[in-house]
Amino acid sequence: MEKSINISLKVWRQGSPKVKGSFEIYKLDNVSTDNSFLEMLDILNEKLIKERKEPIAFDHDCREGICGMCSLYINGHPHGLDGETTTCQLHMRRFHDGETITVEPWRSKAFPVIKDLMVDRGAFDKIIQAGGYVNVNTGGVPDGNAIPISKINADEAMDAASCIGCGACAATCKNGSAMLFVAAKVSQLALLPQGKVEGAARAKAMVAKMDELGFGNCTNTGACEAECPKAISISHIARLNREFLSAKFQD
Amino acid sequence: MWLIDSSIGRKLIMSISGVFLVLFLIFHGTMNFVVLLSSESYNLICEFLGANWYALVGTKILAIGFIVHILYALYLSFQNKKARGEVSYAVTKTQKSVEWASQNMLVLGIIILGFMVLHLYQFWAKMQLVEINHKLGFEVNEGLLATAADGAYWIKHYFSQPLYSILYIVWLVALWAHLTHGVWSALHSLGLNNSVWMPRVKVISNILSTIIILMFISIPVYFLLRFRL
Repeated sequence: MEKSINISLKVWRQGSPKVKGSFEIYKLDNVSTDNSFLEMLDILNEKLIKERKEPIAFDHDCREGICGMCSLYINGHPHGLDGETTTCQLHMRRFHDGETITVEPWRSKAFPVIKDLMVDRGAFDKIIQAGGYVNVNTGGVPDGNAIPISKINADEAMDAASCIGCGACAATCKNGSAMLFVAAKVSQLALLPQGKVEGAARAKAMVAKMDELGFGNCTNTGACEAECPKAISISHIARLNREFLSAKFQD
Repeated sequence: MWLIDSSIGRKLIMSISGVFLVLFLIFHGTMNFVVLLSSESYNLICEFLGANWYALVGTKILAIGFIVHILYALYLSFQNKKARGEVSYAVTKTQKSVEWASQNMLVLGIIILGFMVLHLYQFWAKMQLVEINHKLGFEVNEGLLATAADGAYWIKHYFSQPLYSILYIVWLVALWAHLTHGVWSALHSLGLNNSVWMPRVKVISNILSTIIILMFISIPVYFLLRFRL
């Protein structure tokens, strides 16, 4: 059932990485509750352009919850208050008439703001570059039954692989830790025979890069798991700890 | 050195020192519980843990355990604060599944440490320290020396004052909260967890913390009730 609501938006505006940012309040009337959150921001930006004001910069790409490009800290939750959804899947029907919605960029030492609500998540790419791949040539797509893999491991690896690298885990973590991301990326390979070969070197390289980039230390609060749009379990973090510690003890 | 330089290495130290302190608490709690059963047996344990070489070695190892746990906690918290960045969120909401204790481990730790200073002053300084000073040849009050191994006397002395009983109960509740997160978190950081064991590890953590705290808290509660009735 479509209806319209009037909302106020408290949006973080910041011209460039170095300048000091601040909140601006925008009023937006007659927003259809069938709009997605990003469509609502598009409407606001069109309005701002017509008023000859600077539109709000925000990240987005596929708008169907699989690319991990959208971000936004909405009313105290990364990707908004809905569980297991990205910002692009959040709809205006989740807000009520007259509500003031606070929109902030991801905040973490390792995710500097580029402009307004856009942050540089290149740190995650650097962690992947440090070891989130398989070096050996694994050939073409093998026959499904050629290498036996237990259903449990296949499922766990698949669950870990659903991480879209959006950064919500590090953004919501009170310690600014990227452990859930790194754990997912280490697990998806460590659980499968092709990835297991370089498991020890990978865990060491990726954790070292994560620490170097200024992410914090995990204290197992579980906030990351609760906010993850893909509901990646923190049990992967235990696996990462295990992989890393056994690699270090082997040295 | 990866035990200082890497985040998982630092957490390993945090976990191991934490597990060590939990083992100490199990020992201390069991020992305390004896006082409710028999004052004489309790005093025997107190004598056993006076200024003997093995008790002194134990005390030193224990002190190192505490210091390592506290120093690493401060270092990790400082780093984590820095990792959050300079600007903090205007609005933050805590998720339902996140335990309160897990987000307040440092605060709980500071509360525990504060009460621990009181506890050391009230008991350790009147008991083992008196014996150590005596052995080292310092002047020691004769009265204090006579009660140095009389743990049951000191327990009665302090806990017959309801204020101290209540303070100790507050302390133990903070310790309980710290342990409910600490025990499972330590196992998790050591890598001893997976999706099947996650709920089990959390239940084990809650049960173990509750048993430890019940052993401790039974004493101030017993004295509080005796005082009231």
